[in-house]
Formats: sequence, structure tokens, C-alpha cells
Amino acid sequence: MNTSGTPVSDTPMSGTPMIQMAGVSKTFNRTIHAVRDVDLDVAEGEVVVIVGPSGSGKSTVLRCINLLEVPTTGTVVVDGHTLTNAGTDLDRVRAEVGMVFQQFNLFPHLTVMENITLAQRKVRGRSRAEAQEMGMRQLTRVGIPDKADAFPRQLSGGQQQRVAIARSLAMEPKVMLFDEPTSALDPEMVKEVLDVMLELAGEGMTMVVVTHEMGFAKAAADRLVFIDEGEIVETGLPEEVFSNPSHDRTRAFFAKILY
Amino acid sequence: MSEFRSSRDGRITDERPWWDTFPWWSLIIVGLLAWMGWQIIVSDDYGLAWERIIPGLGLTLRSTIYAFGIALAIALIAGTGQMSRNVIIRNLARTYVEFVRGIPMLPLIFTVALILVPELTNLANTRLDAWFGWEFKLSFEMRATVTLAVIYGAYMAEIFRGGIQSIPPGQIEAGRSLGLNRRQTMRSVVLPQAMRAIIPPMGNDFIAILKDTSLLSVLGALEITQRARQFSASTFKFREGYFVSAFIYLVLTLSLSVLLGVLERRMSRDRKGER
Ligand SMILES: Nc1ncnc2c1ncn2[C@@H]1O[C@H](COP(=O)(O)OP(=O)(O)OP(=O)(O)O)[C@@H](O)[C@H]1O
Ligand SMILES: [Mg+2]
Repeated sequence: MNTSGTPVSDTPMSGTPMIQMAGVSKTFNRTIHAVRDVDLDVAEGEVVVIVGPSGSGKSTVLRCINLLEVPTTGTVVVDGHTLTNAGTDLDRVRAEVGMVFQQFNLFPHLTVMENITLAQRKVRGRSRAEAQEMGMRQLTRVGIPDKADAFPRQLSGGQQQRVAIARSLAMEPKVMLFDEPTSALDPEMVKEVLDVMLELAGEGMTMVVVTHEMGFAKAAADRLVFIDEGEIVETGLPEEVFSNPSHDRTRAFFAKILY
Repeated sequence: MSEFRSSRDGRITDERPWWDTFPWWSLIIVGLLAWMGWQIIVSDDYGLAWERIIPGLGLTLRSTIYAFGIALAIALIAGTGQMSRNVIIRNLARTYVEFVRGIPMLPLIFTVALILVPELTNLANTRLDAWFGWEFKLSFEMRATVTLAVIYGAYMAEIFRGGIQSIPPGQIEAGRSLGLNRRQTMRSVVLPQAMRAIIPPMGNDFIAILKDTSLLSVLGALEITQRARQFSASTFKFREGYFVSAFIYLVLTLSLSVLLGVLERRMSRDRKGER
């Protein structure tokens, strides 16, 4: 593992990490070992980018953080709540952890504003007016306040993904998870989404991002985590891992994706 | 895409002439119904058949509505039951659906009406009589109606299940990751979307139930088909009897289809922002 003297990469001096994964493994159908013994701590305000080959378990690691996948073994602690304990109210913790998906997953039967207000009202118990005000604020932040009354299908992919981000942010989460948020987008729309994410990182949001956008990793990541065959192979500052990977598997991977 | 030769300038075109796309069948049906209605008005024999058969309309409609209502309740329970996390509920629901769907309607009606209901009521009545001096009785009409409901409950359970399972898992994940619980996700995210897949086939089943209430006649319930049978048998006017009952069924089912079409169009108009 990387210990090469990066100020933010290891557990910070003050306070406990926002996310603690310890010995997390996930096995599907008793045979597919998607994630093997992953330890990952993410400090408050830290931006961690996860990269790795297709099928290496990146999504599964991410989905174990908000327990969309239940780990086969290991513990996951988010903001002090141990999600892998039977008694934990998962819904309450999930409200604190936003997730942005590759396929956006907006609710097609609801307008943009309804998409954003639904969980605010049902989970946070906000009034319609409060939720709409917050919704408008988040839509303005992602740059599309004029689309509040549109239906998702009327929007471009980039706009849909920005709505999805606004929908998560409206819950005022403590952590944001991104699973290849730009992979389903046409090239000319990638930037508008990455810009929003960069801004969010700059504001100190705790983020775990699975992406192949190395430009984003360089610009925003405090730490890069390389996963292969379900294991964390290497972790460190993005620049270091790109330019001077300490494992053959990492080198082979970047040789394929970097010019 | 089929290609047509335009007679005017000899070019091929994919535009179809109006007479090719016009729904002639609806004109034919309307014409047929008008002609049938006219027969009933002008002919004494047909008129007599009408007078004797139309009193069955109430029972036909009532059984349809009861059967559909009960079936809807059963279907909701059995349909969601099949997706329950509880292994017992899940398997009970599945057993019911597979069992009922595998048996033809007529023998099932006989079994329920002539064996199951009498035995169950006997069982209940020995107690009820002893305790309250009162006995429970289910008319043959209701026995057959309940049987219809039990049968269609199984078919409609599959419609519910299919509609709910047609929603991509990403929708549920998005809901859950926002902190909505299972129930809230089902109510606000899954069901509203599933309804679009559920309502049209449910409407078709309503029409199917309406037609299948004719099976009540095997138990002697005086609905339209039974009255047509009685009229024909007693007057030997078979043609008139069955002609009139067919006319009544057609008017009912066709107008329901039209209503259903309007409903479906209204539902798709609600999505007019969407492509
Ligand atoms: N629900 C599931 N059931 C069975 N196998 C699964 C399931 N989800 C993931 N897997 C398997 O687990 C492994 C890791 O999958 P995962 O989606 O986490 O990889 P990934 O790194 O996100 O890949 P990609 O880059 O293609 O998104 C793969 O072999 C995948 O086939
Ligand atoms: Mg993935």
C-alpha cells in the first residue's frame, strides 16, 4: 500500500474518517468474488477517485458504501454509523450519502423539480415550498434553473446527469458517491458534468468517484485508488500513481488508458 | 416499411393512401350493430327475444363488477406477495397463481360452486348455527362470481408482477439511495411507472370477465346467456335468442374497448413532455 508521505492520503490527524471500510468482501452467488478484503478510509472533505479495469469491482465497492450491496464480510462505517450492524437504520444513513449513477436514474414520470423534491419531502419532512426553494438553489448551482418543469426525457444527457447531482445535493448529504457519472454521456457533455463535480470538490464535499476521467482525477483527487480483481492494488496521489506506479498491474492498466 | 407505387408519377413512395390506413373495420362493426339493432326494433320475434333477455343485463354487469373488484384485491395481494421477502408468503402466492392458471374455468367453477363452497359453508354453519342460530348461504350466482374472481385474480396478479418487474432496478436503487424506504420507493417511484404497463391489460381482463360471466349460466344464474338459452329452448327461436345475446355482449364489450382506448390515450398524453 502507498504510504508515500501525502498529507491527505492517510487517516487525518483530527477526528474519525467519514467512511471506514474494513475487510470488506462481496461474493455473488457464492462463486463470483467481486470485492476481496478491501480496507478504505475516506476523511471528511477528501476526494477519492477509484480506477480499475472493467469488472474489477469498482461499482461493487462503491455500492457497499451505502449498502446497495450488502457486503459478505467486513464492516462499513459512515459518519459514525456502522451500516453492517443489523440494528442500523439504513434509510437514515442513506439520506446522508448521495449517489450518482452512470445511467442517471432520474424518475421519468416526474418533472425535474418533482425529482428533486420527492425525497426531501418524504425523508427530510420538508414542506413543498421549502423543498422547491432548495431544489431551485441546487438547479441554479448545476446551471439549469430553467429546466425545473421539464421532464427528464426532454433533457440532454449532460443536463439529466446534472439534475441527478442536484437531486442528491438537495438532501444535503455528507458524502457523495459517483459511479462513472460521465461514461454514458456524449463527449461534448462530459465537461459540464465534471465542472459541477470539480466545484463540489472545491467546496469540501467528501467524494468517492469511480471514473476514467484522469483529468478530473488530477485536478480534484486527493487520492487515487487502483482496484484490480476486487482488490485494492495501489493507492496514492494521482500524479504519483500515473507517472510512477509501483505495481505491474497498475502500470499495465495505465499503459492502456493513458496516451 | 412497405413501398407503394404511386400511380400519378410512377415514383415509389412510403406514403400510404388514406383508404389503406382508414379503419374500415370500425365502420363495418358499427354498420353490423346498427343492422342488428334495427332487426330487434322491427321484428316481433327479435323484439320478444330482447324483452326476455335484457333483464339479465343487471346480473351480468353486477357479477362483472364484483368479480373484477374481488380479483383486483386478490391480484394485488398475490402479485406483490410473489415479490415478498418472506419465503412462505412468496411461495403461497406462487402456488396459488400457478395452480389456478393451469385449470380451465368451467371445471373450476363446478368444483368451487358444487364442492368447495358447500363443504366450507357446512363446516362453518355447524358452528354458526350452534352459536348464533344463523346459517351462512352463498347463492349460486355469488359462488360463480367468486370463482371468476379467484381465477382472474391469478391472471391479474401476473399483470401486477410483470408491471412492477418491468421497472429497471436502477429506479429502485435511485430511490433507496436518496433515503426512501422500500414502501416509499414502491409507492412514489415504482407503482406510478408500473401503472402504465398495468392498466391496459387490466382493462382487457375486465372485458374478458364480462364475457366469462356467461359461464354463470351453467349454474342456472339468470344472466344474459342463461336467459337466451331459456328463451330459445322454450320458443324454439334459437336464431333470435342467440342473435340478441350476441348483440348485447358486442355493444358492451365494444364500448368498453373504446373507453379503454380513450383512457390509454389520456395516459400517454400525460407524458406529453416526454418523447
Ligand atoms: N448483482 C450481481 N450478480 C452477480 N455478479 C455481479 C453482480 N454485480 C456485479 N457482479 C460481478 O462482480 C464483478 C465486479 O463487478 P463491478 O460491477 O463491481 O465491476 P466494475 O469495476 O464496476 O466494472 P465496470 O467498469 O464494467 O463498471 C464482475 O465480475 C461482475 O460480473
Ligand atoms: Mg461499474
